[in-house]
Amino acid sequence: MIYRTSLAASALLLGMVGAAHAQQTLVYCSEGSPEGFDPALYTAGTTFDASSHTVYNQLAEFETGTTNVVPGLAESWEVSDDGTSYTFTLREGVQFHSNDQFTPSRPMNADDVIYTFERQQGEGSWEYYNAMSMPDLIESIEKVDDMTVRFNLTRPEAPFIANMAMDFASIVSKEYADQMEEAGTPGALNQRPIGTGPFVFEDYQTDAVIRYIKNEDYWKEGEPKVDNLVFAITPDASVRLQRLQAGECHVMPYPNPADIDSIQSNTDLEMLQQEGLNVGYLAYNTTQEPFDDPQVRRALNMAIDKEGIIDVIFQGYGEIAKNPIPPTMWGYNDSIEDDPYDPEQARQMLADAGVEDLSMRIWAMPVQRPYNPNARRMAELIQEDFSEVGVDVEIVSYEWGEYLERSRAEDRDGAVLLGWTGDNGDPDNFLAVLLGCDAVGNSNRAQWCNEEFDGLVQEAKTISDQSERAKLYEEAQVVFKDQAPWATIAHSVVFMPIRSEVEGYIIHPLGGHLFDTVSLNQE
Amino acid sequence: MLKFALSRLGTFVPTFLGVALISFAFIRVLPGDPIIVMAGERGLSEARYEELRQQYGFNDPLWVQFWDYLTGILRGDLGESFVTNRPVWDEFFSLFPATVELSLCAIIIAIALGIPAGVIAAVNRGKFFDRALMSTALIGYSMPIFWWALLLIIVFSGNLGWTPVSGRIGLLYYFDDVTGFMLIDSLLSGQDGAFGSAVSHLILPSIALSTIPLAVIARQTRSAMLEVLSEDYIRTARAKGLSPGRVNGVHALRNAMIPVITVIGLSVGTLLAGAILTETIFSWPGIGKWMVDSIFRRDYPVVQGGLLMIAVIVMIVNLFVDLMYGLINPKIRKR
Repeated sequence: MIYRTSLAASALLLGMVGAAHAQQTLVYCSEGSPEGFDPALYTAGTTFDASSHTVYNQLAEFETGTTNVVPGLAESWEVSDDGTSYTFTLREGVQFHSNDQFTPSRPMNADDVIYTFERQQGEGSWEYYNAMSMPDLIESIEKVDDMTVRFNLTRPEAPFIANMAMDFASIVSKEYADQMEEAGTPGALNQRPIGTGPFVFEDYQTDAVIRYIKNEDYWKEGEPKVDNLVFAITPDASVRLQRLQAGECHVMPYPNPADIDSIQSNTDLEMLQQEGLNVGYLAYNTTQEPFDDPQVRRALNMAIDKEGIIDVIFQGYGEIAKNPIPPTMWGYNDSIEDDPYDPEQARQMLADAGVEDLSMRIWAMPVQRPYNPNARRMAELIQEDFSEVGVDVEIVSYEWGEYLERSRAEDRDGAVLLGWTGDNGDPDNFLAVLLGCDAVGNSNRAQWCNEEFDGLVQEAKTISDQSERAKLYEEAQVVFKDQAPWATIAHSVVFMPIRSEVEGYIIHPLGGHLFDTVSLNQE
Repeated sequence: MLKFALSRLGTFVPTFLGVALISFAFIRVLPGDPIIVMAGERGLSEARYEELRQQYGFNDPLWVQFWDYLTGILRGDLGESFVTNRPVWDEFFSLFPATVELSLCAIIIAIALGIPAGVIAAVNRGKFFDRALMSTALIGYSMPIFWWALLLIIVFSGNLGWTPVSGRIGLLYYFDDVTGFMLIDSLLSGQDGAFGSAVSHLILPSIALSTIPLAVIARQTRSAMLEVLSEDYIRTARAKGLSPGRVNGVHALRNAMIPVITVIGLSVGTLLAGAILTETIFSWPGIGKWMVDSIFRRDYPVVQGGLLMIAVIVMIVNLFVDLMYGLINPKIRKR
């Protein structure tokens, strides 16, 4: 599946600039292979980079570099007074891509939007859609006219609009889907995607290279800036760096922490950085003695030397977490003071609470995550800190699937190391999902149900004004800090090494890698 | 000869069934429910979990699942990947040529250097050459591949800039897959410099992958040669006044080849295992990386299908090796 037309385009790469019509090709050394190209079927960021962030658009989108939601394929939207109905006005004249099997006969319209969501209401592995509780939330989708779509919800849900900017909400072409269904190749949607996005999918050589060309008819004026985009799949972080240094690629994600200093001193390279939209935490089981007593939990929190953890586990490149949401998110309460590291007082508080000779378990995750690059080592550091205050710790671990499963149990024994990366940039996505009463026995690993906290978070869902919601979330964080169901440990810092000729690359706080605004400054 | 070949083929069927059973059982013995792994930190509801179990057929008794798998194999159907929804068979054959190309280059290097090194060491037994070659072989044998591969990249690609860092061909070149073998396809494409680019990309991974088999072949050749060199007919050959080259190269080497060929056959398994690390480091799109990814994702059809295919290939290679014995040494044919 190769189109000869692109041969000329691909013939000019990496500094091999021709005379008059120099084509710009941006090469991204990606960290892994996409699972497919239909983003609604998957939950992995690597897959989204190759599909929803390049080939597709959504009704709403995240303003580059922020978690603010701005119009995308919908020009505007209106929310009904009771907050249960969202009416989107679609952008006129947006064309879908074509390939050698498909040429769109009409611009994007309400049918495509309805098809995109209705297919996910039905059977199939639409995991992210289900994980965000969309099937229960959406009561019906109405076509008001060709360019207007109305979503009726079963309850007011302010984060809905942020969900519309998520990857599973990428608008697919109904015409293409129908045509492929008729041709008996419905899998084409997942292998040869057709979207409205900045780049047109050209070819994927499994596990090796993904090629895109510029969407000449892109609805955003002046984007994308480069003519060709190539993903060179390079799983090993050290090898990615070697390729970047050798000029085989322009941008790479996820450098080894150990390489960061050498990258910063290399004049061919630049290092971009930003706090990640994530949090790593230790969740006590608040239903079990003596962890049902907030004073005990606070005492233990004060026994943890977080700076030591940042130095050892994050090699200095992380940030101490004081709140359950990351500082780049709106609604973050910066006036909260973190518990001081004070083993003396911690021991005293434990004694006051009548806790003696406490022995407990700490669960260490078996996998690496940005919010916790080495959970085993982290558990050992906490074990040491706790032994300072007379608490004896046994570290346990399980295979990842088992770990996730067992740590959900309400009668679980011990405190669990885990974390979370934001899905849609909305504080609700952290506070309700991880700490709400509904999530006890599931993603609420602290099994913590606090009426005051839950009331604030639930109320915030029903209001659509962002500044009013922010106030409620700030208040909720005060309750959280006082009740201390978790020890909040760290937010990671995201690093993106790029070559110095790359211009306009912006780190996306939600973790995606986007290239619409990137250009190359080739001498 | 035909009878010999047939009797070897007869052992094929039970081995095949055994491998099918083991590959089926292996992935299911691993802890970790594929659905829970897929959902990750996000988790999923009980109802949704049940629905997915039903969809993937996990609610059927194990023997029913195994029967479906077995009858599928006989129809040439290895199932579809849980992740990509593509047939395992298609995925395997789109990636396998890359692994074959790399492994063939590695084994050619290993044979081309390993056998002469073993012969030289044996002929110079106890002297400087012998010691130097054999200690180098020992180092090669005990070197962790991922470390050695990274070292090669840092020195030859990073510091010296002689070879590309990773991948199969320069991104500049872009043409149809015809055979899946980059060396052949790059020639067929007719694009200037494509073949050279493919060769230069192949050098470092082949060296990295050939290191262990090279060491094994060199050591095996040396010990087999030493044994043969002490035989009476070698003394006779020398006494006849044949040149040392003819004695060592023809009379001795040919008779020393049987154990060497055995080792070469066995090293196919080692090569495929080594390919997993080598492919990951050199971003080489073969079956090694594909298998590792699918194990982490608990993608049952891919793991069991991939294992089965690899086992069958090792079996075929060893069958071929058995037949080679017969060609080289007529005594074996008659047994």
